[in-house]
Amino acid sequence: MSLITTLARLEAVRTGRAQPAATVRHRHLSDRPLVFVPLTTAGEAGAPLGALVGTDRDAPRLLVVPQPRDRDLRFAFLSELADVVLPHIEAYADAVETAERTETDPETGKRVKVEVDLCADAAQLIVPSRAGVEFVRLLGRSMRFRRTAEQDPEAPHPAPPRVPLLGRWLTHYGERARVPGSSLLLAMTDLLGRHWATGQSTLEDQHLGALLAWIDPPEGASGAETALRAELARDADGQLLCPPAGPATDPAFDNKLLAPAIERYDRARTALAAAEDGLEADERLAALTAAEREIRALVESRTRPTWDAVWRGLDLLRELPAGAHAEERWTRDRWSFTGHRDRILSGEPPQPRRDDAVTAANKLATREREQARLDAQEALDDPLVMAGRRLAGEAFAGEVVDVTMAYSEGKRPSPRPLVTVRTEDRPHLGDRVRVYRSLDGRPQAAEFAGQETEGVFVLRIVDKMGRGKEPEPGSVPEKGDLVCFTLFEHEQRGGAKLPDPEQTPWTHGGPPGEAAAVPEAADAQTEEDIL
Amino acid sequence: MTAEAVTAPPEGAFDPGAEAARATAAILHDTLHGAERGVVVDSPPGAGKSTLVVRAALELAEAGRPLMVVAQTNAQVDDLVLRLAEKNPELPVGRLHSSDTDPYDKALDDLPNVRKSAKAADLAGLAVVLSTAAKWAHVKVDEPWRHAIVDEAYQMRSDSLLAVAGLFERALFVGDPGQLDPFAIVGSEQWAGLSYDPSASAVTTLLAHNPGLPQHRLPVSWRLPASAAPLVSDAFYPYTPFRSGTDHGDRRLSFAVPSDGSGPDRVLDEAAASGWGLLELPARHTPRTDPEAVRAVATVVRRLLDRGGAATSERSPDPAPLTAARIAVGTAHRDQAAAVRAALADLGVTDVTVDTANRLQGREYDVTVVLHPLSGRPDATAFHLETGRLCVLASRHRHACIVVCRAGVGELLDDYPSTEPVQLGTLVKFPDGWEANHAVLAHLAEHRVPWRP
Amino acid sequence: MNKASLATALGSPSAFGQSQFAFMRGNAFEARVKADGGAELLRLVHEKLDRGAEPPERAQVPDLTATGPEGRAARTSLALREATRAPGTWTLLDHPMLALDVAGSPAFLEPDAVVVHPDGSWTVVEIKSFPMLDGSADPAKVGAAARQAAVYVLALEQVAARLDPSPRVRHRILLVCPKDFSNLPTGSAVDVRKQRAVTGRQLARLTRIQEIADALPEGVCFSPDLPADELTAAVEAVPATYAPECLSACELAFHCRARSREAGAVTSLGRPVRAELGGLTTVEDVLAAARGEAGDPADPAVAALRRAAALRAEALATAAATATTSATATATATATATTGSEVAGCR
Repeated sequence: MSLITTLARLEAVRTGRAQPAATVRHRHLSDRPLVFVPLTTAGEAGAPLGALVGTDRDAPRLLVVPQPRDRDLRFAFLSELADVVLPHIEAYADAVETAERTETDPETGKRVKVEVDLCADAAQLIVPSRAGVEFVRLLGRSMRFRRTAEQDPEAPHPAPPRVPLLGRWLTHYGERARVPGSSLLLAMTDLLGRHWATGQSTLEDQHLGALLAWIDPPEGASGAETALRAELARDADGQLLCPPAGPATDPAFDNKLLAPAIERYDRARTALAAAEDGLEADERLAALTAAEREIRALVESRTRPTWDAVWRGLDLLRELPAGAHAEERWTRDRWSFTGHRDRILSGEPPQPRRDDAVTAANKLATREREQARLDAQEALDDPLVMAGRRLAGEAFAGEVVDVTMAYSEGKRPSPRPLVTVRTEDRPHLGDRVRVYRSLDGRPQAAEFAGQETEGVFVLRIVDKMGRGKEPEPGSVPEKGDLVCFTLFEHEQRGGAKLPDPEQTPWTHGGPPGEAAAVPEAADAQTEEDIL
Repeated sequence: MTAEAVTAPPEGAFDPGAEAARATAAILHDTLHGAERGVVVDSPPGAGKSTLVVRAALELAEAGRPLMVVAQTNAQVDDLVLRLAEKNPELPVGRLHSSDTDPYDKALDDLPNVRKSAKAADLAGLAVVLSTAAKWAHVKVDEPWRHAIVDEAYQMRSDSLLAVAGLFERALFVGDPGQLDPFAIVGSEQWAGLSYDPSASAVTTLLAHNPGLPQHRLPVSWRLPASAAPLVSDAFYPYTPFRSGTDHGDRRLSFAVPSDGSGPDRVLDEAAASGWGLLELPARHTPRTDPEAVRAVATVVRRLLDRGGAATSERSPDPAPLTAARIAVGTAHRDQAAAVRAALADLGVTDVTVDTANRLQGREYDVTVVLHPLSGRPDATAFHLETGRLCVLASRHRHACIVVCRAGVGELLDDYPSTEPVQLGTLVKFPDGWEANHAVLAHLAEHRVPWRP
Repeated sequence: MNKASLATALGSPSAFGQSQFAFMRGNAFEARVKADGGAELLRLVHEKLDRGAEPPERAQVPDLTATGPEGRAARTSLALREATRAPGTWTLLDHPMLALDVAGSPAFLEPDAVVVHPDGSWTVVEIKSFPMLDGSADPAKVGAAARQAAVYVLALEQVAARLDPSPRVRHRILLVCPKDFSNLPTGSAVDVRKQRAVTGRQLARLTRIQEIADALPEGVCFSPDLPADELTAAVEAVPATYAPECLSACELAFHCRARSREAGAVTSLGRPVRAELGGLTTVEDVLAAARGEAGDPADPAVAALRRAAALRAEALATAAATATTSATATATATATATTGSEVAGCR
């Protein structure tokens, strides 16, 4: 944590209110985000208990699994979820514009420009917390290998038709969320934590209620007290006033409210099955419906506060002006979204359980590049972020105190003006270190050419001055200009091309061979999934 | 863990020269005549890794096998080129370099048989072509090289090997498993446990897929003195021990000027006599650039020069003066190095190397002065506990190592017991940083001198 | 002493407790793993750790019941000795009891299972109900299981040391978890040498627990029945450094956090916060130093804080100015978005 952030946190402790950690919004926010607030069953992997989902803050769709261990009820839940999520995604997938992309021509091996479809926008998914992102990943993993009756008529428990497809999309969103700076799938706690520093630790910031309490406490109340209440206050029944944002539930809720309600539901179901005539069945069905309604009410009571909190968080974030580069990063998300759409359209199989060596290496390279890009762009977009880089000696801002024209040696001398900058920052400048400034949004490079006195540096500008003997107007800083140079590059170079997976070298296990061509099997199912 | 560690053979029964020669012969045999596609060589600090690489390169070239050499940094590549040219000035060597400004050491321009180019095609047909892994990753060939040598393979990432492995048929992988591991700037947990985890070291992936490859170890450190090899071997190489090439008494450090009784002088005498010295400052939590500790480091260096140090070793029976060039200061962080440089400049010392562990990897000095990574820290992070960092700092010296540290590191370690997460299926890397730190600290405690300016 | 009831008595009840769903699921899973005389468990031990041995078709499952922990520990030692002296057979010890010497007094431990191999070596088995999904599991949970198993390994080694010849206690334990989304058991060998070494060193240093106790005032006693202020005083006398990580590990953490916040300790915001603050440990001291009201400017921590405070103030002022400008010039804002970014980013 940089000292600047530390100071902001301590300032938050002192004032009882969160302090800005950013002055612009560094993530794209969709006009119509799909908010998803899931709950899961303790002790079971991937057994959802319920969720609120939708794009209308006043009318979320409530989905509930009254008995989470019943496979059919779970499938019904997933099927309903698919009915909400997939149409939303598909609406974005269908609206395209034409874009240019550089591809390698398979015949000539040359890089050529081709025209392709790019989705005009992409669907954005927001969950309350980081654990929610993990749960999206888990749901995706649990669904994408399921077989529908159409795919496999012999499957013992076929999945509803659209469930595997939803699994593939959620897997894609979960995977994309690992790319630094991406905004397809965001956790509200991460979003708020990026933009505000609270008077508690980042660990405690994972509690959405407490985090919001620091950022936006009720009139007249301190953030610290409100946060403490959000974390710990319980009603007379021992239930938390601010339920955890999930997907895990509070054990007290499980034990005191949920377990008895599920038990009543189970009993009602058994009774219904044992009904001997229509009249009895009607009565018992009514009892079952009532028991189910009770569980639905319980699930809604634990998800609705979180749902409202997520929308409140969105309101707060929308008050910040968008960072200049956030849109450019969103365009990369759109490419990612379009790419996945195309893979599904072309009939590719679901994402494998494990990446192959080449895919893993490519993903790591992409993420490292995106991390560097994000770090640079956030600093360029936000003086508060740049302040942190300046403190770390990775950038410096100051006033131009002198400009001397100079030229490169050689047959055709080019301008290499020497610019003297006075700064109070302490950049880690060494012999011929390169520095960059943003000139009309493009990076201009200079070389460190010497230090005159403490805080007075001479830089040699080396590019972006045009082709002529004289630099183009405005391309060289003038005396009195305020400038900001960074020691980090503003744009990222592409990495080396890795071999195709079919060409995996011997050091990494060799080509995948026949085994890779076989589609992945569905997961084993156990009898205990069903009651 | 030490209970299980293999103990080195008893003194006397060990002929370092013969052991090292036997190991080298076996490595060269497997490399030139073995049936396997790869050979892996573990080389502890100062065991003659570069000598081995140069020798293997020359023998492969002599056998008429086109060779590519992959190193990790430009400085490493240039160093190998210079060494090759020194051993065989006639050998046609290619230095493949990037298209950045100043892509290689200017000293290469004086070597008539070294051709330099940013394009691999310009270097076709030369006996040996050397470059960094990053540059090789952009090279495309129709016909792979018959042989490759991958240097510092434990510092190379698996994904980096993936990018270049298609360029060669067989390879010799050489490196020091005890030094700093490669790292990724983003999380890579999702691939942990996979044999080809892209963030793992190249050797880990290589051996996971080719467990039958011959693995060798250079058994003798020619750099570390007899006073240091057992500690470094036990603390950092518990399952692959090595020995010092020299015996107690083979090396001596003496001073023309007697001690003035101050802490720095007493720690110098302790280090001269025993090979180790711990200059301990009173316990206190400090920022990284602890002014007192920084000044203590600088004073030790100043006294080292002022007292007319002289080193006697197997290299020179006559005492060689301990000059600034033979001394280095090691720190964990760049700002600490900068603060020490400034403090040294205040004392009129400008030509002593001061650098971080990362940059001191692979270098050698007569005496090192180390600012302990945990000195004065209120907390112990994974970075500061990383085994490789301490190993690098404690294994750069031929004669003596002086550690400057605040008291209280033992208690700090106790407050931060190792509670690392465990990824299923990954090989456990030994030793544990927490454990190694304790081991080194316990040893240094026997050579403690309290700070009294 | 029960830390949860102590916390409640201190007025900071913890959010701990276990959901009965998780509890039931965990029990059902362990029962399933151990069903049929531990057939599945032994199959996994054979497959993951000892493929060279005879498959475990018939295994001994000795009765370990006895009175009291000492009795059960003695019964376990006896069963281990007998099993070790019966070469060629597999033996499963279900919930054995082990005694570990901690700072001079015995601590009793109950591993899920210990398996004696046909070659006489011993393996610790840990059964957990978190899933292994596609071969990997939550690293924090696996790490905790490994540390737990390492303690059992140390305790078993104390038992083994009393036998002649001493049997080998294996340093790779077997972790058994549900596979993927099912409740079918799957296993993974976990190398616990590191955890064993660390725990061993900690136990050796824990001889000082006596020293900690000696340092406590006479009559310190943690009974939840005491009045809250006496309790607080008693707990305060034990040196414990609160950090946010404690919240997920200790029932008393909320109490410690309240005290830590009250004292204005910067570590209540996380341990890394302290890294650059040197000797400054309280919120007020740090802020006063940053404002220039206190602290020695020659102290690098103080100097860095002042620079940080100045840079932060400058950046916030710049942002505020930009916001005002853009509010008055919204019409041109979009047109100058790119050039604006440099100004915003720098000044």
